[in-house]
Amino acid sequence: MLWTTITLSLREIRRHILRSFLTVLGVVIGVAAVVTMVTLGNAASRSVQSQVSSLGSNLLTVLPGQGAGRGGGAQLPQPFKIEDVDAIRGQIGGVTAVAPQVQSTQTAVHNAANWSVTVNGTSDQYLDGQQWALASGRVFTPAEEQAGKSVCIIGDTVKANLYPDADPVGTDLRVGNVSCDVIGLLAKRGQSGIGGDQDNTVIMPYRAVQRRFTGNRNVQFIMVAVDPRYESGPIQDSISQLLRERRSITAGKADDFSILDTKQIADALGGITGTLTAVVTGIAAISLLVGGIGIMNIMLVSVTERTREIGIRLAIGAVASEVLLQFLVEAVVLSSLGGLIGLALAFVASALLVIPLKMPFLWEPQINLIAFGISAMIGVIFGYFPARRAAALDPIEALRHE
Amino acid sequence: MPESQPASQPASQPQPLISLQGVTKRYGEGTAAFQALKGVDLDIMAGDFVAVMGPSGSGKSTTMNILGCLDTPTTGAFLFKGVHVENLDRDQRSLLRRHHLGFVFQGFNLLARTTALENVELPLIYRGEARKTRHDMAMAALDKVGLADWSDHTPSELSGGQQQRVAIARAIVTHPDVLLADEPTGNLDSQRSIEIMHLLTDLNQTSGITVLMVTHEAEMADFARTIVQFKDGLVERIETGHHRRAETA
Repeated sequence: MLWTTITLSLREIRRHILRSFLTVLGVVIGVAAVVTMVTLGNAASRSVQSQVSSLGSNLLTVLPGQGAGRGGGAQLPQPFKIEDVDAIRGQIGGVTAVAPQVQSTQTAVHNAANWSVTVNGTSDQYLDGQQWALASGRVFTPAEEQAGKSVCIIGDTVKANLYPDADPVGTDLRVGNVSCDVIGLLAKRGQSGIGGDQDNTVIMPYRAVQRRFTGNRNVQFIMVAVDPRYESGPIQDSISQLLRERRSITAGKADDFSILDTKQIADALGGITGTLTAVVTGIAAISLLVGGIGIMNIMLVSVTERTREIGIRLAIGAVASEVLLQFLVEAVVLSSLGGLIGLALAFVASALLVIPLKMPFLWEPQINLIAFGISAMIGVIFGYFPARRAAALDPIEALRHE
Repeated sequence: MPESQPASQPASQPQPLISLQGVTKRYGEGTAAFQALKGVDLDIMAGDFVAVMGPSGSGKSTTMNILGCLDTPTTGAFLFKGVHVENLDRDQRSLLRRHHLGFVFQGFNLLARTTALENVELPLIYRGEARKTRHDMAMAALDKVGLADWSDHTPSELSGGQQQRVAIARAIVTHPDVLLADEPTGNLDSQRSIEIMHLLTDLNQTSGITVLMVTHEAEMADFARTIVQFKDGLVERIETGHHRRAETA
């Protein structure tokens, strides 16, 4: 009986193909909007997370101070020294690389061209920790690092701006007032998503940067790469413990440094995109509600229009529940078809939209199933009232209806 | 089931198929109330061909609605095969219609944009027949009314006479005990009307279906064996053993 009813309702839908399509247009748009939003939102979360993890997976950044939100007027926290880096390297297990970072913004000049770059003074472990390969050339030797020699490894953006056609390795690059030998070229890495262009960098031994640019022996950040086989939490704790001792922070006093975990940043940013997605999806869901009301509207019109047909069915011997089922099934079949069309539309829309947005295309079956289920449910909810009205018709009155 | 209903009941079985006992019907309440039936007593034997006649407002349509189990009497008893229909609820009456009654209307009442075959199959769908059975039974019924070649035509592609024949096929496809026809020739010209009456007479005689027909045309009533005349909500006169025109023609 149910199968027959479904067949009958499909026949009915086919008979009024244009009207049926217009009826479910609301559901089509609603489902398409919701699924597209969720799909793009998930893609955005994923894309942000992958961009953050492109900063380096399992990387900890140790920096002085308590980050943002600290009240003004407080005494500037004591900066790190290279001894802190050595201590972490020497005393903390489960880390693969520890590197100091001394940064300075300088103008790089080659031939007549000049370009503003971030000079990154560090050690040879930096590139290991970042899992950043060289496109050509070599990294600096321990001797060069110890001596703080003016050698540099340049990023792809620097090369593109200062050496459009030439090979930079082996040339002289003037950075600020310093002339340095270009010994290597970094592989292209792209946007970090939060930190701007990672390729606009010049890497030099930290001693060289301290001596030539910053003029002191401070280390701004310490980069710690965690062995992927270990949890980063306990390692963060032991680094924190070690630094508290070294900086003589007594028990009960707050840390005057902070440890950032790229994974935590990625999760936090993913959470923000998730919230945005939920809000936009909620707005899109309103169109689903409107779509449901559209179905109810047309089903009510349809019941009135088909009063005589209902009279015929009742006279022939249909019981009230069968008439109810017929109209209910019709509404559910309609809205489910609308849901399917909406899903197809969402598939095409998401596939096309991720291209200009430069995001991965993630087609998740879960959200599709949920959206389809909701569209079918809309048919049940908004089809019930018209169906009940049809089932309650008096056969004599219905047959007399013009 | 219809095979067990011979066209003429033996005299030893006086039990009527349909029996109305003191049936009244009032519409509305208070001063607006209208007494449509004022106490109708009527027995119809299985296999009869009854024409119900009378001026409009005489109660013949109300009686037909009650006999068709579409309406219930205000007071009085309606027995169908010994069952008190006045005590049945809406769905039970639907099931009774589904299994025992067939309807033919003045306005044909076929489903639009639906082929003749699909129209005739409709009652079988509610009886839960399988697709193949449905198709075979519907084709047999269409064949009986002479429209087997028109099975895939929709009502708009059929003439009035053909539409009414499809409606008759739909009414008889379930082999009902009773065929209720409300002015079946009201929308047809006289030539088509006579064809329809011949068809009904034939179904009555060969298939043993009891036919109850409302008409206001004496010419059509001439085909019936029993003529029931209504006036002012009462049965005025019952003419039995009518000399049937079909038998002499």
